[in-house]
This record gives sequence, structure tokens and C-alpha cells, in this order.
Amino acid sequence: MGIEQKLGNMGVVTTTLENTVNWARTGAMWPMLFGLACCAIEMMSAQAAHYDMSRFGMELMRASPRQSDLMIVAGRVSKKMGPVLRRLYDQMPEPKWVIAMGDCASCGGVFNNYAIFQGVDEVVPVDIYIAGCPPRPEALIHGVMTLHEKVRTEKFKDLAKG
Amino acid sequence: MDKKLEKIIQALQNNFGATVEEFRDEAHVFVKVNQIVDALTLLRDKHEFELLSTMTAVDYWPQQSPRFHLIYQLTSLAQNLSVQLRVPLNGDQPKVPTATRVYQVANWREREAWDMFGIEFEGHPDPRSILLADDQEGHPLRKDFPLGYEEPQFSFNFDEIGLHKPEPKE
Repeated sequence: MGIEQKLGNMGVVTTTLENTVNWARTGAMWPMLFGLACCAIEMMSAQAAHYDMSRFGMELMRASPRQSDLMIVAGRVSKKMGPVLRRLYDQMPEPKWVIAMGDCASCGGVFNNYAIFQGVDEVVPVDIYIAGCPPRPEALIHGVMTLHEKVRTEKFKDLAKG
Repeated sequence: MDKKLEKIIQALQNNFGATVEEFRDEAHVFVKVNQIVDALTLLRDKHEFELLSTMTAVDYWPQQSPRFHLIYQLTSLAQNLSVQLRVPLNGDQPKVPTATRVYQVANWREREAWDMFGIEFEGHPDPRSILLADDQEGHPLRKDFPLGYEEPQFSFNFDEIGLHKPEPKE
């Protein structure tokens, strides 16, 4: 992003700016619809009225990777789906984060065989892993809050390239 | 076995010299590879078996030879009957004439049989893999395909499994 490349490390100015930018990023982080299997149901119910995720900024889920910041991989990823997942991840603009939701996305879950990736971190870099089969909507919201805490501690110099 | 089914099985036996096995009230008719399309056409046209419910294969290696049985489950909605045709096949890449001209639904079933077992269908209009990734080698549902599982990483074997695990991507 432009700010990181231009500013780098400038002391107090950068700190306040970092806080502001990180607060803005966590305030409206739009997830990309990537519900693959059963965890998608829990993701949908976390988005729905009872456990509302819009209170945390995820007002809507964008189906297009070009318009989203967060990819919640909800469900098992088969070897046939792997290149598709990687392509969609590459199409998301920076800054982007990935949550591996559920056991199948974190470690392969119950499916320990030739056709399922044992953990989606063989394909995309993951920031937060959420355990559960499927994780309750409260667990997904806890994962999202943890991601927000992680984003708030991000520094510009880590994200700047060159 | 149902009376109507008996007549149909009799017709199959007369025309093709097929052998029959019964299990409870199901009939399994064994036909040869070169007769299968004619048998399917006969059942569809003369005996009103309009529906090919399913088509799969089984691998009996190493207990039985021939090792594959290709199974066609036919259902007649008009007469409320169902019959199963089995084709014993042997060899590493057995070839079978395609049934897509007789039943259109066999198109995807034959692609799945190719993908999972390696059974080739001659004359199939679209012989691509359907379920597996493009770079998958081997045919997973054969009995001599390795299970392909990953050893769970407990604390006593943490380091030795950690050597083989793929690195988390960046």
C-alpha cells in the first residue's frame, strides 16, 4: 500500500498513523465468501441476525476477491480445489488476511486421505486458525476478534516492501 | 425372484449365455464385455428398463480374479423391477465399449470409473477425469493404491513427522 512504502519509520508520526490505519482496517474488514463445506453453515449463521458479525465491521460478504480483505476458508479443500483457492487468494488486493476456519482447513480434520489438503496452509498463508468441527459462531467471532487484535499490532515497516 | 423378472432373466440367459446369482430378491446377471452393449439395448428396448440407476465398479484384488466387476444397475419404472448386470474385467487397463449411446447418464459414470479404477471406455465422447485433480497419478479406488494418509503428529513423534510436513506457505 502507498502509505507503507512512502513513510517507513518516522517515530511519533508513524505511530499515530499506524494506530489510525489499523483501526480503520479492523473497523470494516469485508470477508470474501469462501464457504466450501459444513463450516459455511456456521459462517452464515454467524453473519445472520442472532450472532451478528456486522457489529464487528463485517457488514457484508463480498463474492468478488477484488473487493474483500479477509478470506475465511470455511471447510475442507480438496486437491482439485487447491489451485482455485490459490488463484482467488492472489486476486485479493493487499492488505489481506486469511482465517482457516474449522478442523479441515486447519489440519485436514477427519479427512486424512489422498484427496484433501491436510491444512489449507499448504496453499495459502494463514493468520488465524479456528478449531472446531464446526466451530460455533461464537468461536468464529472470537477468531475474528483475535485477528483484529493482531491487525492492531501490525507495524508499517513489516508491511513495507523495499 | 419376481415372476416378471424371471422371464427377463431367462431371455438374457438365452440370448447371451449369462450366469445368474441371486441374493435375497436381487438378481445379478454376469455378462461378458463384448455383449454388454447388446444386453443393455435389449433390456432398454424390449423389456422397458428405462433408467440406468447407477454404474460403478468394484475391485476384488487379490481375492478374486478377474479383479474388476463393472456393475450396471437398471430400473424399470413401468414394471417396478430392478436388475443388476455385472461385467467381470481383468488386467491393468481393461477396455469396455461405452454405454453412452444406450443410456446418456452413463457419460459421467464412465468418467468416474475411469478416474477411480482405470477402466477405459471405447467410444466415450469426453474421456476426462471428473473427480480428481489433473495431476493425480494412479487410480485411487483400486485395492493396491496406498491409503495416502498422513501420520498424526503427537508429541512423541513430533520431530520426525515435522521433517516431512510441507512448509506453511508464505
